[in-house]
Amino acid sequence: MSAPILPARNAPILQVRELLMRFGGLTAVNRVSFDAMAGDITAVIGPNGAGKTTVFNLITGFYKPSGGEIVLNGPGGPKPLHATVGHRIAQAGVARTFQNIRLFPGMTVLENLLVAQHNTLQAATFFGIGAAFGLGRYRQAEREAVALARRWLEATRLLDRADDPAGALPYGAQRRLEIARAMCTNPVLLCLDEPAAGLNPRESEELAELIQLIRAQGCSILLIEHDMGVVMRISDRVVVLDHGVKIADGTPAEVRADERVIAAYLGEGDEDDVPAAPVEGAA
Amino acid sequence: MSGASRQPNGSHAGGVPHDDDGVPGPGEMGGIPRGPEAPAPRPPVIHALRDAGLAALVAAGLFVPLVGLRTDVGPAGGGLILRTRWADVAILVALVFTGRLAMNLWSAFRPAKRPRTALRAAQLTRIGTFVAPLFLGFAVLMPLLPWTTRYGLDLGVLVLTYVMLGWGLNIVVGLAGLLDLGYVAFYAVGAYTYALLSTTYGLSFWICLPLAGIFAAFAGVLLGFPVLRLRGDYLAIVTLAFGEIIRVVLLNWVSLTGGPNGISGIPRPSFFGLSFSAGGEPGSFADFFGLEPSPTHRAVFLYYLILVLALLTNWVTIRLRRQPLGRAWEALREDEIACRALGINVTNTKLTAFAIGAMFGGFAGAFFATRQAFVSPESFTFIESAIILAIVVLGGLGSQLGVAIAALVLIGGFEAFRDFEEYRMLVFGAAMVVIMVWRPRGLVSTRRPSVALGERKAISGDLVGEGHG
Repeated sequence: MSAPILPARNAPILQVRELLMRFGGLTAVNRVSFDAMAGDITAVIGPNGAGKTTVFNLITGFYKPSGGEIVLNGPGGPKPLHATVGHRIAQAGVARTFQNIRLFPGMTVLENLLVAQHNTLQAATFFGIGAAFGLGRYRQAEREAVALARRWLEATRLLDRADDPAGALPYGAQRRLEIARAMCTNPVLLCLDEPAAGLNPRESEELAELIQLIRAQGCSILLIEHDMGVVMRISDRVVVLDHGVKIADGTPAEVRADERVIAAYLGEGDEDDVPAAPVEGAA
Repeated sequence: MSGASRQPNGSHAGGVPHDDDGVPGPGEMGGIPRGPEAPAPRPPVIHALRDAGLAALVAAGLFVPLVGLRTDVGPAGGGLILRTRWADVAILVALVFTGRLAMNLWSAFRPAKRPRTALRAAQLTRIGTFVAPLFLGFAVLMPLLPWTTRYGLDLGVLVLTYVMLGWGLNIVVGLAGLLDLGYVAFYAVGAYTYALLSTTYGLSFWICLPLAGIFAAFAGVLLGFPVLRLRGDYLAIVTLAFGEIIRVVLLNWVSLTGGPNGISGIPRPSFFGLSFSAGGEPGSFADFFGLEPSPTHRAVFLYYLILVLALLTNWVTIRLRRQPLGRAWEALREDEIACRALGINVTNTKLTAFAIGAMFGGFAGAFFATRQAFVSPESFTFIESAIILAIVVLGGLGSQLGVAIAALVLIGGFEAFRDFEEYRMLVFGAAMVVIMVWRPRGLVSTRRPSVALGERKAISGDLVGEGHG
């Protein structure tokens, strides 16, 4: 895939400023600010109900923020995501996965990945008119789309299941497919919402490798995760939320040592004993 | 319709490393059976008798007041008298009892259900690949067969009209998953477009046909805008209302549409400028080709016209399904939120589905107007929408072949049961219930993938979404 032109490393790809979200009387996200650096893996952690998924939904345009700013420094210059409609955010280069997997279960694995490349393909079809007559340009575009899909299928080890319906895959494979599908949109920022939920330790391990592979290809990653093993090992930076407020922000080592984090989230005991919470995210 | 032959294999090719790969866990080593055994069953005959007895009791409770007691006008012409019909009740209860008993016994003693093996599925798909060309061949040759009567030809035109409408609605309901109960509105828009343009401005059928499609597509977008945010039941209700609005407007806008009197004297289509007049005067079809003038010529022409229009609908749908747009429709049916996260403009995608589906409804409407030479709001009632939707649901959402077969069964069945007179709807309704019990996802429930790396394997209908509006 053609590597998108990215801001230099150590420049923020995503800037969240004073983000505020109210649902009626409930303040789910209360003036949260953080940066996600280009080429970094930024983890957002926090206890249940801390507002992590709300932050994700705000970044990806599923909610409109009650206040604050979200700016994406993508290849096309700074883009205010808080004032952009949902599908345009994805077109600007923000891809996401969902806490409860959202595939197209009745379509094959390959079709799932081609739907992800809808906008590229649709542009090549002359908005459907040219393609109805099978013009050459569309065939070329489709070949390229299938090639890109094939690359991500190889990376996620799903190539031999390409022609099976997505709904028939085992759980772990569905998680990988959702990541592959997000990557087929050629994003600059990939938002993963609890990708390790429901995976066994070996699958979590493979997932961590996959995430690092994606990062190596130039895509920045924003990650919500409960599996502390994964978070502490692969993240460059960890943002901790509790009750909608940011309580810590730093490297994994700094966060680990932060007393407020230990009190709010990791518990009073030895942090190495913190169990992975795989099942809870699958609900 | 199916193309190259395919051989789905029921089992998935292995190879994905996954921890559920059959390595026994520690608890499974000691001969502990995996999964609970079924509890010891009660003797099946006794159970069946008990269950049938219960059903008979319920039936008796229902039928005693409903059938057993009847009020009639007394012989003196004055008051009502109560008449009892216990014999009828007994017969009905006995019927329920024996029916339920037979069902129970059958399910208890039938041979173990044969699993749908790969072989059987392969056989089914092989049959499937032959069915479509067979139907097509028959449809093309039908008017030329010597035993085809005028009645058969007219019935063929009727069936093909519904095939076309079914295929058109299939785009909206089957592919995009948007439940549309007002499809007949677009049919009406197409019919009135042709009727008005041809009687007012004298435009020919061939100019009006695309215009009818465009107007109907415009109506589709018009409907689409307000309902974009609605889903499921709410969408269905608004589309239903839209269908009624169009009909009521046609009924009440007397100065334009003639109100309940409709529009008559709509010109018939011509064959490249040659008319189908019965007299056979110069410039007519019969005169030009030196044939005996016959009203059959027009019927045959109309038959082929609707066949071509229907096949056009089918061709466009099949092409679009393999395009990004068609794939986006199906993705929308599967999961709208995921579509949005992938950068698909959900609004536009829904609107195109409405517009393209409506366009084919408009074409069919123009054909309807030219065939009947008369249109009135009576032809565009809700029951038409219901029939078209029933065709799509019965055929299997998204399946082109299924919809065609369902149209044949439904419309053909309507005619075949004509002898039953007032029981026609009863027989018809029962037949539909039976089909839906037997095949809850429609006649053809599997979905064919639009693209594949290797072989195309049919996807079971259980996995395919039905859409939520």
